[in-house]
Amino acid sequence: MKILSDNKQVIHDGLWHNNAALVQLLGLCPLLAVTGTLINGLGLGIATTFVLVGSNVTVSIIRKHIPKEIRIPIFVMLIASFVTNVQLLMNAFTYELYLILGIFIPLIVTNCAIIGRAEAFASKNQPIPSFMDGLAQGVGFTIVLMVLGALREFVGQGTILDGSHLLLGEWARDLTVHFYITDQKFLFAILPPGAFIGLGLLVAAKNYLDMKKRVNEFVGEAIASNS
Amino acid sequence: MKLSSPFFHHALPTSKVMQLVIAALIPGILLQVYFFGYGVIINLFLCGFTAIAAEFLVLKLRDRDPWSTIKDNSALLTGLLLAVAIPPTLPFWMSIVGTGFAIVFAKQLYGGLGFNPFNPAMVGYVLLLISFPVEMTAWLPSVELAAKTPSLSESMQLIFVGKTSSGLSVNDFRILADGYTMATPLDHMKTEHTLGKMSSEIISQNHFAANLKGWAWVNYGYAFGGIILLATKTIRWQIPASFLLSIVVTSSLLHWWDPELYNPAKFHLVTGATMLGAFFITTDPVSASTTPKGRLIYGALIGFLVVVIRNFGGYPEAIGFAVLLLNLAAPTIDHYTKPQVYGHQTEKESVHD
Repeated sequence: MKILSDNKQVIHDGLWHNNAALVQLLGLCPLLAVTGTLINGLGLGIATTFVLVGSNVTVSIIRKHIPKEIRIPIFVMLIASFVTNVQLLMNAFTYELYLILGIFIPLIVTNCAIIGRAEAFASKNQPIPSFMDGLAQGVGFTIVLMVLGALREFVGQGTILDGSHLLLGEWARDLTVHFYITDQKFLFAILPPGAFIGLGLLVAAKNYLDMKKRVNEFVGEAIASNS
Repeated sequence: MKLSSPFFHHALPTSKVMQLVIAALIPGILLQVYFFGYGVIINLFLCGFTAIAAEFLVLKLRDRDPWSTIKDNSALLTGLLLAVAIPPTLPFWMSIVGTGFAIVFAKQLYGGLGFNPFNPAMVGYVLLLISFPVEMTAWLPSVELAAKTPSLSESMQLIFVGKTSSGLSVNDFRILADGYTMATPLDHMKTEHTLGKMSSEIISQNHFAANLKGWAWVNYGYAFGGIILLATKTIRWQIPASFLLSIVVTSSLLHWWDPELYNPAKFHLVTGATMLGAFFITTDPVSASTTPKGRLIYGALIGFLVVVIRNFGGYPEAIGFAVLLLNLAAPTIDHYTKPQVYGHQTEKESVHD
């Protein structure tokens, strides 16, 4: 039973409590650069998750054979090989999205969130929890990318899921929802400053929810101890 | 007669200071209305009202007493400063977005008056400029050049509907009598330079001098208001003086280097928002530097950046960008220019003891 609750803890950490983007504030470079639309965010999120899971599991498996002194170069090489896989896959199957994300796919190598998980978690844990950790952290990161992308897309050009055919194939062209049609795009939201402010708002929203939860728990305890 | 110790200053309350600043804006505003039409007045009401409404809303959300804060007139001033910085026919929702962003994001999210690191009006202006570059540079020509000028009701229709009842759009009012469209002198200068024309050629073009005249008068108006502010000691002399001097020195040097590429100081002083910037924008007591020496450095650097961005940057006007950049630097400038407290020694001297 202990393992199960550990896994639960790992998932909760990755998705919310220790979210890579909202709490650790890692991987901000791709986060801020590619979240112009929800689909771009989702594409990069999936790629990052794949690399994160792969590197976490591999590092965990060979963790006893890695000399401590040169562990960082080894992590980087492992991550780089997974990134190469992702890059070739995206080049083959989602070529247009590959062009849009451009330099940010190879740059996944330098995403601190990935090497951070390898160092902080995978190099100290069994493969299965490492897998869970990679998945949870990746999905948590992806969700933030998607929410931020949706936010900027909505404010900037009045759509959600614009360009979904880039990732999902031609059938998904109709998924795009147009909320309002405008001649003037709200460029501020689409340009990098909009990403910074959007991320700031998301972090604030998360902290607000946490605070509210704490206050509720505190009040609940106070009532319980009074009665 | 009331007696008090000589080191007590009679500090005006914030609301009085803001009222004075608003009053000092009036000469410039009147000239701007004369040269660029009634749209300016509509924008003043629109932005002023939006600013107060936004302030009220945020303060309500923050569980503060809204009226005691709104009474200090700082939100109103932010709205008015933004209103005179935007084109007189800007669609109403853009003015509302800009003003709302200035108050909610640039001012209240940082903690309200006194805590904002950036000048709120300029944050609103820059937001609008980079979001809607076309609309934000669609200034009407100065009144003496315009083929037709919008009446008050036509200005209303342009701002709120985008077209007058007779079907004219903003661009129709921007056309001069000979069918030529005129941008602001700064904008025009920039575009013509990219086409390979020389400054002397551009200045001798039809209408350029007449359009520049309108802008110069507006600048004189704000300079006059600024002198009132200086005379009433509402603002200190350091920032405007070093700012203007720095513009003169930087632009003169560039002009001396290549007179056909870089315009002389007399052009930079009377175009764009130079005087509005010198006396009303850069002197914002919250976001500017606060030490005497620091103010000199702060103003000089803004003036330098303004000339640099105007000549080499992508946008025609630079006051907003330069002010925001130096807002970031103000705490550092203050740190290194702290005045000596009387009776204290510098570190160097105390080491010698």
